[in-house]
Amino acid sequence: MLTFLFWVLSAVMLASAVCVVAFRNPVNSAMSLVVSFLALAALFVTLDAYFIGIIQVLVYAGAVMVLFLFIIMLLDLKAEARRRLNLAALAGGLAVLGGFVVLLVQVIKTLPAAQQTFPALARTGYSDVADVGMTLFSGYNLPFQVIGVLLLVATVGVVILSRRSLR
Amino acid sequence: MNMLTLGHYLLVSGLLFAVGLAGVLLRRNLLIIFMGLELMLNAANLSLVAFARHGVTTLGLPDYNAQVLVFFIITVAAAEVAVGLAIIVALYRLRQTTHVEDLDKMKF
Repeated sequence: MLTFLFWVLSAVMLASAVCVVAFRNPVNSAMSLVVSFLALAALFVTLDAYFIGIIQVLVYAGAVMVLFLFIIMLLDLKAEARRRLNLAALAGGLAVLGGFVVLLVQVIKTLPAAQQTFPALARTGYSDVADVGMTLFSGYNLPFQVIGVLLLVATVGVVILSRRSLR
Repeated sequence: MNMLTLGHYLLVSGLLFAVGLAGVLLRRNLLIIFMGLELMLNAANLSLVAFARHGVTTLGLPDYNAQVLVFFIITVAAAEVAVGLAIIVALYRLRQTTHVEDLDKMKF
């Protein structure tokens, strides 16, 4: 059952990711991105990472995608016109991609850990929010506060950047 | 019964990364390039969560250190999206385009 779910979710995620890259209209790309993020959140849940799955839906499929769609509407982007393709750049990009995929398959073939199945957990179907919270607040207290400052700086920076004149 | 291996998840994660890289390398629209960046960040998150599930601790629980790292990555990615989109809007106000080939001057 889990294996079936894994294949379906992976197929949906990768297919919609390809659609993000392939569609010419940015709104269609953004909608495919939502599907991709939701499938990825479900994949997190198949790995017993419930908290990360929920965060993925809230932050990515919620906040980030609203931001993307808002900007697309604000800029009033149309489907981009077909332009003459830069064949050298296209060939270079495809060569880099091909090399990357070949390297990836080689590494996964030779990595001994990649052939192992996942070990059983002590308990299943249990909310892991408390465990993640304990790790976060006991082991990573300083990074947690630093990231709060980062979010504040980003907010102020966006407000400054969005003003009419940057003078 | 559950025959999924770590390699399955790593392969899917790597393919997602490759698709995001394709978006960055092959597309010329700034917003789509940005979406490709998000896909690559998500691919890294997927492999981190797979490793967390694979490296079970002595208590029989997933390695939550990796999940905390994913939490931090998601937070930084959200901040990065906000700042990046603000820069794209500022750029669009100046040049009325998001096509990278029209943006070939360092100073306007």
